Amino acid sequence: METIILFAPLVGALICGFGWRILGETAACWVATSLLFLAALLSWIVFLGFDGETQRIVILRWIESGSLTTDWAIRLDRLTAIMLIVINTVSALVHLYSFGYMAHDDHFREGESYRPRFFAYLSFFTFAMLMLVTSDNLVQMFFGWEGVGVASYLLIGFYFRKESAGAAAMKAFIVNRVGDFGFALGIFALFYLTDSVNFDVIFASGAELAETQVRFLWTEWNAVELVALLLFIGAMGKSAQLILHTWLPDAMEGPTPVSALIHAATMVTAGVFLVCRMSPIMEYADTAMAFVTVLGATTAFFAATVGLVQNDIKRVIAYSTCSQLGYMFVAAGVGVYSVAMFHLFTHAFFKAMLFLGAGSVIHGMHHEQDMRNYGGLRKKMPYTFWAMMIGTLAITGVGIPLTYYGFAGFLSKDAVIESAFVGSQYAFWLLVVAALFTSFYSWRLMFMTFYGTPRGDKHTHEHAHESPMIMVAPLGILALGAIFSGMIWYGSFFGKTNEVGKFFGVPYEVAEHHDDGHSDDDHADDHSGENAEGDHGEAHYQLIGAPGEGAIYTAPDNNVLNEAHEVPKWVKVSPFIAMLIGFLTAYQMYIRRPDLPRKLAESQWPLYNFLLNKWYFDELYNAIFVQPAKGLGKFLWKKGDGATIDGGINGLAMGIVPFLTRLAGRAQSGYMFHYVFAMVLGIVVLITWMTMFGGAN
Amino acid sequence: MISADISVVLPELLLAVFAMGALLITVYTSKDKAAPMVLWTTSVVLLATAIWIALSGGGTRVAFGGMFVDDGFARFAKVTILLSAAAILLMSQEYMLKRDLLRFEYPILVTLAVVGMMMMVSAGDLMALYMGLELQSLALYVVASLRRDSVKSTEAGLKYFVLGALSSGLLLYGASLTYGYAGTTLFTGIVEAASEGISLGLLFGLVFLIAGLAFKVSAAPFHMWTPDVYEGSPTPVTAFLATAPKVAAMALFARVVHDAFSGVVSDWQQIVAFLSVVSMFLGAIAAIGQQNIKRLMAYSSIAHMGFALMGLAAGTVFGVQAMLIYMAIYVAMNIGTFAFILSMEKDGQPVTDIASLQMYSKREPLKALAVLVLMFSLAGVPPLVGFFGKFYVLRAAYDAGLGWLAVAGVIASVIGAFYYLRIVYYMYFGEDKEGLDSGMNPVLWGFLMASAGVMLLGVINLFGVEGVAAAAAATLVN
Repeated sequence: METIILFAPLVGALICGFGWRILGETAACWVATSLLFLAALLSWIVFLGFDGETQRIVILRWIESGSLTTDWAIRLDRLTAIMLIVINTVSALVHLYSFGYMAHDDHFREGESYRPRFFAYLSFFTFAMLMLVTSDNLVQMFFGWEGVGVASYLLIGFYFRKESAGAAAMKAFIVNRVGDFGFALGIFALFYLTDSVNFDVIFASGAELAETQVRFLWTEWNAVELVALLLFIGAMGKSAQLILHTWLPDAMEGPTPVSALIHAATMVTAGVFLVCRMSPIMEYADTAMAFVTVLGATTAFFAATVGLVQNDIKRVIAYSTCSQLGYMFVAAGVGVYSVAMFHLFTHAFFKAMLFLGAGSVIHGMHHEQDMRNYGGLRKKMPYTFWAMMIGTLAITGVGIPLTYYGFAGFLSKDAVIESAFVGSQYAFWLLVVAALFTSFYSWRLMFMTFYGTPRGDKHTHEHAHESPMIMVAPLGILALGAIFSGMIWYGSFFGKTNEVGKFFGVPYEVAEHHDDGHSDDDHADDHSGENAEGDHGEAHYQLIGAPGEGAIYTAPDNNVLNEAHEVPKWVKVSPFIAMLIGFLTAYQMYIRRPDLPRKLAESQWPLYNFLLNKWYFDELYNAIFVQPAKGLGKFLWKKGDGATIDGGINGLAMGIVPFLTRLAGRAQSGYMFHYVFAMVLGIVVLITWMTMFGGAN
Repeated sequence: MISADISVVLPELLLAVFAMGALLITVYTSKDKAAPMVLWTTSVVLLATAIWIALSGGGTRVAFGGMFVDDGFARFAKVTILLSAAAILLMSQEYMLKRDLLRFEYPILVTLAVVGMMMMVSAGDLMALYMGLELQSLALYVVASLRRDSVKSTEAGLKYFVLGALSSGLLLYGASLTYGYAGTTLFTGIVEAASEGISLGLLFGLVFLIAGLAFKVSAAPFHMWTPDVYEGSPTPVTAFLATAPKVAAMALFARVVHDAFSGVVSDWQQIVAFLSVVSMFLGAIAAIGQQNIKRLMAYSSIAHMGFALMGLAAGTVFGVQAMLIYMAIYVAMNIGTFAFILSMEKDGQPVTDIASLQMYSKREPLKALAVLVLMFSLAGVPPLVGFFGKFYVLRAAYDAGLGWLAVAGVIASVIGAFYYLRIVYYMYFGEDKEGLDSGMNPVLWGFLMASAGVMLLGVINLFGVEGVAAAAAATLVN
């Protein structure tokens, strides 16, 4: 079954990509889509029926060279199962949605076939992503990692006649190369240290690596810290974390279904998945994980601030994605991998929905993406409006405080923030502020798009229409996920330790009650008293899995999961309050006083410009990297290649050799005495040489 | 005793008797009218001798007190010489008949030259060496000036003769020096004399001997005769000069340095490496200026001899093996190329200007393709056989610690590739002008195609030449 899940998208991609001339366009697209639905269905069966035991399904022996042995195998554990449903569900729905979205496209000429290519790329992406998440070793994972990179490149640049799309595709590829280089170095380092790329071996060697020192870049490193850091650099690139985030907003040049699938729900979460997958290594690397936490929190804050002022509807959501990925990294960084996966899981639903909803708006508005030209679309697109509303409620985290009832984002985001409170105060405060901003920009988006009076081109607004059923239906299914996925699986991801342990297949045991001087003892009591399922007096559990046993590993001293349940009440309520403040501010500024934003932007113009220009990261990189690289390239081209190499070769080939040729021609005079002279000269040279340096001396 | 000796030299003896018999009979009977018949008979006899020697096998046999050695190495060289001589004779007939050049002496002189060559490669003594060398050379001087009414041909013959006499003088001087200091002319004796360090006199002898031999293989700077003689001689003679005598001289070269001077490898290695480098570069550079394809092939052969000498310079068994393989491949390539050159005609007259090949591919696609294969092979473009020849000698030189020589060889072959590729360029991309006559003698066509086919098919295992050459080299170097 797992094999079918893995290969169905590949088969779909091949049939659709190469067979559409025979099958016909529409049939080919349907083949790819139905295979994806099959994979999605099987994924759910696997996920729901999975018992937590890690399984290994070998497909073939892949590489055997020296001490490097690698199988192509599926490692099926809870992490994989979660990713399977996320990827295949979203992918299947995006395939379906694309029938509507890609039906007519002004970027292509009349009669040009682009749909089968689009579907083939989508299916190929899905296959590569599945390769990544099912891999049982680092090499296979890297294959998938690069495969999704290629697919992402192809799809961002899908509108190949558009110059900005081509540039964005290149930017995504090149920026990712930086991260991939780190990832590759991490793989090399692990192979160098453990002589294996297989997860089983690597996981078992975490403790040993923590004791090892390696020399890298002129200094001594702790091996495990180095490896964790290098792997995280890979994750930073793929997951668009700060420093390497610049490609993600530009990637919105691709068609909107692509943004939903690749740049919101699946590929960008690969970095989070990598960190969770490598938890047996990460758990030993305290410094590296602190770095992950800080960087994740900073990204979450940074992206949220930029999202506040963007006007392109897709860019707002893109920065929102960037920000939410930061949340996930914070959770992973403080050591609760289950929470990182929880947010990844719920985020996939509501963010895909937001993107598809935005796509629906764009489709209805004839490819107008600037929110300043929207307004009052609630009536024209009721389904899209409700879908977006659910998505917004989910991402802003609406729910009933201190209970387990709320939209998906409410539960997962609060789980992240509570964990952050235990792990890092810095991260906690940044995330709360980011939650406020999230709420503000999400509601801003809603208000600007669906409320108020129509702005912009009148003609476009008159022709604005609701999208066809084939685009609305996927929104409905995702809405279910956005509403219920948090409530249903809360216990499994962020419930009591024994529940989490069971879900992820990690053994657990009853721990001694640990009131070992925790700072908030009395609060903890309060909390347990009010908690509906209060665990006061109940046994505490602790995960005791060995590294590699089960899907995630937590070190014996990692008690964040338990402590996160006992944080003070104000901490638990804080994201909700932040959300309310954000909502009210947005309401004030965009519904009651629509003139306020302009005034604010004018009075605070330095700040406004700073945010509008994304903290000037692009300009900075352009000055530091792009221009010098271009300069160097130009220098090497003109001076190095042109003048030195071409000049040298041309000089030799067109100057010196012909000169020698003429010389040889002149020596061949036809006179015998010249010939004899040459022979005698040869003899003289040889005799002289041998007399001076020969063996007789 | 004498009968045992005779049995060793039986092939040479029979060939010599055949040559003299044929001469007598034809002189007293039909003279030139019988020339085609003599030519065919000679070819068959040479071919039969080649098969006989190839199949005779056996170990090393010595005759006449060590003056004549019949070993695997000699047999390898003899078979190559005989086969190439037979092939060239067959190719000559049509060309010579057309130009009224086919004298009955021609096949007989070729046979005598071949006998001389066989003597050379089997020489175990300086006197046997000289005897074979002179028998070969005298016959070649005559055939070079076969076209008696042509100034160029007689000039070629005369130049060849005078310069050849000078080289013989150098060689003889070297031989007498060697005899003076070693006290013997037997190779085995010279080895002993040089065993406790080489004396200056013996070293001089070595240098002069090598100079004389370098003339025969046309290695620079003793190459000056080659372009003029190649150009002036009738084309079939040029083809002959470019193949069999080169193999014989190269084999003799190997025999002298490895048999007589095997104890002082480091001394002659320097000389041979010097000759090799100079030849490769001179051949490559000077050929660029040539428009006449015969002169071009002359320089090409100088460059190729440089590569073969590189194998020899290694001074190892593998080096000799590489040299033998290189020579075999060289002969195969040259037979095909000369088959084509012999067929180059315009209005019935032979032409040698390479510009006449412009857009040849349009009129004769198959032949142009065959020539292309041959040119690529001569230039050493993989995967054709010519590449493997170069690869072997480069490897031999590198393994023997002559890395610089190998690098020089690669550079020279890059420069040399230019003029081979220019021919290809003319054939495929040149201006469309009035070109060569179409049509081709079936014999020449057959040799051209066979040679090109060999260049392609030989990639598989070089027709097993590798193992044979290895065995042959092992009998020489020990």
